[in-house]
Amino acid sequence: MFSRYAKLILILSLHLILLSLLAPPPAYAMHIMEGFLPLGWAALWFILVLPFWGWGVKSLKAKVSGQPGLKLLLGFAGAFTFVLSALKLPSVTGSCSHPTGVGLGAILFGPAAMSVLGAIVLLFQALLLAHGGLTTLGANTFSMAVVGPLTSYGIYKFLKKTKVPLSFNVFLASALGDLATYVVTSLQLALAFPAPDTGIWGSFAKFISIFAVTQVPLAISEGLLTVVVFNYLFAYNKEELKELAVLQEKGGA
Amino acid sequence: MNLAWKNTLLLLIVIVLVIIPFVIQKEAEFAGADSLAEEAISEVNPEYKPWFSALWEPPSGEVESFLFAAQAAIGSGVVCYYLGYLKGRKDREGNRERP
Repeated sequence: MFSRYAKLILILSLHLILLSLLAPPPAYAMHIMEGFLPLGWAALWFILVLPFWGWGVKSLKAKVSGQPGLKLLLGFAGAFTFVLSALKLPSVTGSCSHPTGVGLGAILFGPAAMSVLGAIVLLFQALLLAHGGLTTLGANTFSMAVVGPLTSYGIYKFLKKTKVPLSFNVFLASALGDLATYVVTSLQLALAFPAPDTGIWGSFAKFISIFAVTQVPLAISEGLLTVVVFNYLFAYNKEELKELAVLQEKGGA
Repeated sequence: MNLAWKNTLLLLIVIVLVIIPFVIQKEAEFAGADSLAEEAISEVNPEYKPWFSALWEPPSGEVESFLFAAQAAIGSGVVCYYLGYLKGRKDREGNRERP
């Protein structure tokens, strides 16, 4: 006969098993989760992001009002980010993360424009998917829609002046922009949660091993996918790429 | 190498990159990097409690995956519409040049 305690334990563990089967899987957001930045830090990142939003709206207006035809291309760049940030891919570390897709838009429209487009995608995911969060929107925008695009744009502009082939340039710019996003995410978490013994850098090492290492193969995938769509743009839409100064006026890439 | 072949090759590499983790990490759970970060936060600072929670959460894994699929579908719809539009425009221009 079961003792009372054994029965209790049995019932409890059955409950736990059932619960674990019924409970939805944890939300797999790769951005900083809702409520996971202390108020001060959350506010600071919002303040830092504000000027980029202002700059972004201005730059979008200027680009699109000059050439209304570019609206479609802008929608395309936004949609590309939308798709890529919905693709949660497995990584060699045995966990999942998703690419950001902001590199393409940064190469086409510059980093300012992406601070707005990226924020829209993040807002959608925060509201509808419980992914990332409203309180962490500033921090997540800063990493994915400010630093990521700035990195991609900087690399693209720099390598364009060299003899690096165009496809390889697009690949590097988008892959490293993707990676930069998660380096910043790790840094943001480390600043807010320094380890008691090893400090900010100890924590940074911990978070970067979670985010950035997982992200390496995904960044490569993002780079390749960006080259795929860029190849199409290059083949079918050279004119607009020249108008946007993505390509040189003469002689193409 | 023409455009279609080049892009097919690139997409194949992406598919291989997606498959490799399953081969070399047979035992892994493939949880989200964010839930691992949550664990890391509670290790570093066990007292920290999230001070705000999502206004709305998808009620189940099914609803969540539906929303993600919808996000990807809408996005790729727009992407492919635009690429088709460009190709059609280019083809038309080509026909006009040599009647």
